[in-house]
Amino acid sequence: MRLDYPPNVKIVRVPCTGKVDLLHILKAFEEGVDGVYVAGCLEGECHFLRGNLRAKKRVMHVKRILTALGINPERLQMYNLSAAMGGRFAEIAQEMTEKVRALGPSPIKTGKGREFVEGQGEEKGQ
Amino acid sequence: MKAGEKIGAVLVVGGGIGGMQASLDLVEAGFKVYLLERSPNIGGAMSQLDKTFPTNDCAMCILSPKLVEVGRNPNIELITFAELLRLEGEAGAFTATILRHPKRVDPSKCTGCAICHQYCPLEVCSEYNEGLTSRKAIFINYPQAIPSTHVIDRKDAPCTARCPVHLDVREYVGAIAAKEFTQSLEIIREKLPFPGIIGRICPHPCEEECLRGTKVDEPLSICTLKRFVADWGVQHGKSRSQNPPEPQYQERVAVVGGGPAGLTCAHDLARLGYGVTIFEALPSLGGMLRVGIPEYRLPRDVLDQELQAVLDLGVEIRTDTRVGEDVPFADLLGEMGYKAVFLGMGAHQGMKLEVPGEDAQGVYPGVDFLRDLHLGRGVKVHGRVAIIGGGNVAIDAARCALRMGADKAAIFYRRTRREMPASAEEIEAALEEGVEIRFLTAPTRVVVANGRVTGLELIRMKLGEADASGRRRPIPAEGTEFTAPVDMLIPAIGQEVVVPFDPVEEQIGVTPRGTIQVDLLTGATTLPGVFAGGDAETGPGIAIEAIAGGQRAAISIHRYLRGIDLAAGREEADRFVVEDVPPGIPYEGRRRGTPLPVAERTRTFQEVEAGFTEKEAITEALRCLNCRQCLGCGICLEVCEPEAIDYSQQDAIMEIEVGSVILALGFDAYDPHERGEYGYGRYANVVTSIEFERMLSATGPFNSTVMRPSDGDIPQKIAFIQCVGSRDHEHDYCSSVCCMYATKEAIIAKEHVDFIEPTIFYIDIRAFGKGFDAYYERARQTNGIRYIRSMVSKVTEDPTTKDLWITYVDEDGALKREAFHMVVLSVGLRPSEGSRELAAKLGVALEANGFCATVPSAPVSTSREGIYVSGAFQGPKDIPETVAQASGTAAFATELIASSRGTLLKKEDYPPERDVSGEEPRIGVFVCHCGVNIGAVVNVPAVREYVKTLPHVVYAEDNLFTCSQDTQERIRKVIQEEGLNRVVVASCSPRTHEPLFRRTLREEGLNPYLFGMANIRDQCSWVHMHHPEEATEKARDLVRIAVANAGLLQSLPMQRLPIRKRGLVIGGGVAGMMAALGLARQGFEVFLVEQEAELGGNMRHIHYSLSGQDPQAFLQELIGKVMAHPSLQVITNAEVVDHAGTVGNFVTGIMIAPTMTYRKLEHGITIMATGGEEYKPREYLYGEDPRVLTQRELEEQVASGAVDPGALRRVVMIQCVGSRTPERPYCSRICCSVAIKNALKLKEMNPALDVHVLYRDIRTYGLLEQYYTRAREQGVLFTPYQPEEPPRVEATDAGVHVRTRDIHLGGELSLEADLLVLSAGVIPRENEELAALFKVQRTMEGFFLEAHMKLRPVDFATDGVYLCGLAHFPKLIEESVSQAAAAVARACTILSKDELEVGGVVARVDAEKCAACLICIRACPYNVPLINEEGVSEINPALCHGCGSCAAECPQKAIELQHYRDEQIIAQVSALMAAGGTGGGV
Repeated sequence: MRLDYPPNVKIVRVPCTGKVDLLHILKAFEEGVDGVYVAGCLEGECHFLRGNLRAKKRVMHVKRILTALGINPERLQMYNLSAAMGGRFAEIAQEMTEKVRALGPSPIKTGKGREFVEGQGEEKGQ
Repeated sequence: MKAGEKIGAVLVVGGGIGGMQASLDLVEAGFKVYLLERSPNIGGAMSQLDKTFPTNDCAMCILSPKLVEVGRNPNIELITFAELLRLEGEAGAFTATILRHPKRVDPSKCTGCAICHQYCPLEVCSEYNEGLTSRKAIFINYPQAIPSTHVIDRKDAPCTARCPVHLDVREYVGAIAAKEFTQSLEIIREKLPFPGIIGRICPHPCEEECLRGTKVDEPLSICTLKRFVADWGVQHGKSRSQNPPEPQYQERVAVVGGGPAGLTCAHDLARLGYGVTIFEALPSLGGMLRVGIPEYRLPRDVLDQELQAVLDLGVEIRTDTRVGEDVPFADLLGEMGYKAVFLGMGAHQGMKLEVPGEDAQGVYPGVDFLRDLHLGRGVKVHGRVAIIGGGNVAIDAARCALRMGADKAAIFYRRTRREMPASAEEIEAALEEGVEIRFLTAPTRVVVANGRVTGLELIRMKLGEADASGRRRPIPAEGTEFTAPVDMLIPAIGQEVVVPFDPVEEQIGVTPRGTIQVDLLTGATTLPGVFAGGDAETGPGIAIEAIAGGQRAAISIHRYLRGIDLAAGREEADRFVVEDVPPGIPYEGRRRGTPLPVAERTRTFQEVEAGFTEKEAITEALRCLNCRQCLGCGICLEVCEPEAIDYSQQDAIMEIEVGSVILALGFDAYDPHERGEYGYGRYANVVTSIEFERMLSATGPFNSTVMRPSDGDIPQKIAFIQCVGSRDHEHDYCSSVCCMYATKEAIIAKEHVDFIEPTIFYIDIRAFGKGFDAYYERARQTNGIRYIRSMVSKVTEDPTTKDLWITYVDEDGALKREAFHMVVLSVGLRPSEGSRELAAKLGVALEANGFCATVPSAPVSTSREGIYVSGAFQGPKDIPETVAQASGTAAFATELIASSRGTLLKKEDYPPERDVSGEEPRIGVFVCHCGVNIGAVVNVPAVREYVKTLPHVVYAEDNLFTCSQDTQERIRKVIQEEGLNRVVVASCSPRTHEPLFRRTLREEGLNPYLFGMANIRDQCSWVHMHHPEEATEKARDLVRIAVANAGLLQSLPMQRLPIRKRGLVIGGGVAGMMAALGLARQGFEVFLVEQEAELGGNMRHIHYSLSGQDPQAFLQELIGKVMAHPSLQVITNAEVVDHAGTVGNFVTGIMIAPTMTYRKLEHGITIMATGGEEYKPREYLYGEDPRVLTQRELEEQVASGAVDPGALRRVVMIQCVGSRTPERPYCSRICCSVAIKNALKLKEMNPALDVHVLYRDIRTYGLLEQYYTRAREQGVLFTPYQPEEPPRVEATDAGVHVRTRDIHLGGELSLEADLLVLSAGVIPRENEELAALFKVQRTMEGFFLEAHMKLRPVDFATDGVYLCGLAHFPKLIEESVSQAAAAVARACTILSKDELEVGGVVARVDAEKCAACLICIRACPYNVPLINEEGVSEINPALCHGCGSCAAECPQKAIELQHYRDEQIIAQVSALMAAGGTGGGV
């Protein structure tokens, strides 16, 4: 379908989102990425029965960790889509890029401290 | 091959989901497969679906892996774009002849880059999108299609197919449009020596077929365009002057008749180098062209000029020579020394009117009149001329008569203008010139005075029924005679051929019509060496047909004289004809040249039609749709860098040897055009369900937006009309799937746009499958889909809003009218196009509707041994049933050839693997340009140079196409020379190309898991094509990530486990016995374990069947076969008590009563066939009153004589007892047909008996519908009831009193029954413990749960365990039989192998780290991890599916998923940010 989406999105391939580990996501933030999203099958249509549901829980968990670290949990998302939804894939890439762009560079990279404190909303946005 | 040896290969015809499943099962069971598919790619109807019911799975998501599996298998040979022509030989050793259509793209060179598709200028109607969008002439239907090679579609245009000589209309019209007039003329002359003549006088049947005319506006002026180039040729000195060719052959040929047939035959033979003599009875050549067609239609200079071309070839002409009179026929082949003869006499004898007075002076037969006129024999015309007839001769005679000076010319025709055979243009021109035409009049008598005609008595006619010609027969209206004054009468009611010699005497056969009898393919008469064509063969016909006859004979004569088989290779295969045009072609009327003004016409013979000017011709030629197929413009040829395109490919015939054949021909959707039902084709917003399905699909025409075709608005109210093309007089069957797919489409539409309000108009909701009723109830109650039980009587369109008004009678009998924004017709399934012809060719019997005829005890066997059937061709069915049946068919098809298992399989032979552990990574990187796909966006050389700087990379290069065969050789060489131990390819998707590269590594002794891929096309150049710099940057990132991962790749050796080639079947009912017997016949040992003392299960209680087969006889025969089979061990009175092991090596313990002996059975696979049983009702006084029975009890009592139907007056049956209730929310599927079976039996035994069936929905799905029809015909009464208001039952002395609300009558129906029969549902037998032992899953209702509802219907999620019969879900005996066979086929995929390869991408536990916390056990969706004797988690690689859930959950990080180890993923994430941190930056 060759739908255009922003080139800053790069894919790390796993057999199932059920394989996505807390460590992998946290490592990505540690390395300085500005946002991560996990793209799994539609709910109820997991090729491995329920891997995507497990991934969803893990993503929620990492969001809490990010919050505790003062990183905006919005930088991490879970999306569900099917292999036939090319249009949606491009849309998500766009959506996520815009979201992260609005948040600005990751505080880990900039070293500017906490960007987010729970209960107070965004401390600093750009 | 030795005599009697079976061939270990199977031909599967049809590449839909059924054909694919059968192929996979066959090949896994050790047989070579040829998968033949008519279209360019496999996938069938399922590839068009958006979602599947009842799980709403995305169809493409579940189909696509299967496509890849089939496409990748080295032992499945895909033969697509091809058809089966013949099947010779017998079961076990067939020879199949296959016709392959040219794809015009070489699959070994095509890389699937799709550049061609971007450049192709031709928009073609997309069949895949049901004509809602267009595609290119070079195309692939959808991105996941297999084979992934593009195809150039060069179907015939309908005009060419219709033309008797198959002129390449598109080509020569295209050349006119391009101003290449010389080229256009050459194209025509290839097949037609007389373009100027035919371009003037042809009645152009081609134009009737022109899609521009049938689908858009008016047909193209094909004929006039041909004339234009012919005239242009004359004006520009391009007329054909041919020097006589050098004589090639000694033999001379005689041609009898110098008309179009003879001239063409002579022309063609002379060009081949034969000496030819034409014998012509008249003084000049041309036949009817000269003496029949008037000059104002065909100027004689045009005629002479084109005939001269024949004379120029050196053909000898003998005019005024009538064979049979002037020259005896026998002399031609005798003393005159001709070696062959062509008979091309025309039909020059006018037919008589057969009325009194016909012989009077002034009566001049039409053909004679025209002939004498044209030969200048002094014909005089005056006064009032009457012409009788309605053909072109009548019109010609009339128009000539006016030109000759007649005061008045009147044509009398006995039918109406509609039936007139003359061409419309001729009729129009005659009327313009003042010819009077009187319809519905026929002559009864010629009025004669003094021997001269003075008048004509006529009678009025009226039209009756259609006759043999399809036209309505004229009938005289008595007493309406009248007389018209006439000075000259020209009868022109037809002409016939007169053979001037006695054909019988010459041993030449004639037909009852007096024409020469010829072989249609060759034109050969019954006398060797004599051929015929044109009018002599066909009776009076048109010139172009005569030309075709002459051409045919010329080929035959050449073959005859050269000793070549006359017929070989001339059989015309069915022409693939373009049927649709793409949407959105603007209206543009047909052009016509300016004719001579009427005033100038009538007194001269000057040509009337002027033809086109150059400008007119070009404009008209541009109207040609080219039937929107490939024109051979050559653009793709230029842009295709691998040079894969080959226009010259032709149809090719191939022969293959196979042991058996599977027909999986699938279905076609009913085309509602045929009867204009509900305004389809007339109202823009009436669409079919398959069109609607495409609209819902993300790959569909509107990107999954539901839009009205008329204005693109989102329709709020959508009506679905059920049973369109099903359950009617012509289709006495139910299409089985429509209720469910309509429900699905309604739900999905509502999911897309929540304000959509779907309404489904239905007769019965047939939600009879597993999970269907729950789906339907959810649709009704949760999704808010409105269901109305009513047949829609009428749909009309509001002309302004294009909304649709539906008129229907609601359940209370009130006439309602309601407006909808869109109407979806739930079209039924019918046998696929061409299946009837194929079945006839193969000698396979069909049932009345054209589905393949089978019997319930052998539901996949056709009437011809060795040919099996599956899927919708056997009867309408849904995907899981098709898949199950396909597997079953595979079992039957291989039983026959089991002795040849494995004989034809290609074994891949690789060198021993090199041990690379401990070596430093030495990575080679190959960066692909993919032609311009990557190269035009990404700076590939820059990426290559960058790659060289990365750690461990010892080699990097770039290739035009890394996947090409020569690059594979190159990679192998580089691995050797550079000592590589890891390879990375930066190109396209691993989904399609990883297997290829992995194979290359294996060929060089590297473990396939040492390969890595970076997708710099799909994930980079394609999606960032407008940002080349960023794309190049990203390509660097992606390759860096892949290289970082590659450094950590490890060899993953496969473990081999031996397989115990023995099966265990649990359950001795029909399903279990069929499964056990099937396995035994496949050559495997089998244990059949039954808990009861005897075999037979439920079947023991069944005594008669709908189809008439005797169930008990079938059962006894089956038990006999089971008991007698030497490798089948039956163990009755046995119960399973324990179970262990993995696929290939199971151990099951059983206890055998009455001694309670314990026995251990070792086996490789297990088939669960534990069955079901009839629900014991608690409703309707069952068990309280002896007059209340279940259906099974009724059947047994009727069979035993305990119930005598003759003594009964009324029997009431209640359906859905214990089914479709909150407690058991499923349909028991079989009760409707069982009730109908019993009702028919009772009626048969006592026709006076009153049988009343109270039902909710009658669910006689598929071909069972015919029995429902029969029951109604026999007087069985059916009354629906609502679940909220079930029938009330009371026991009285007189009988059982049943009361129910009759929704049709609106009142209460009160019935006093002798017997009340309850259709009690089916419930599974106790199986909970068994399920726990075997770790298999069950549904909420306790039926076994298959691995996947759609595509793995007989597998459990647990490998090596299969299911069949009632234990899966209620089903008919024939369905159990197919399903049992399916389980056998699936089991054979394991048992036929000697060992199982396990390992690869599986999870592995580090025992040192494991804390036995059990988290992995909970995380695994397949219950694989176990705590072993050492107290740590153990994951059996034979069972692991490789999802990695356990690894991600393991808190101790003791589990690693091979090939995706944490270290690897983290390395990739780190690499992402490595080069200056641009990786994740925004």
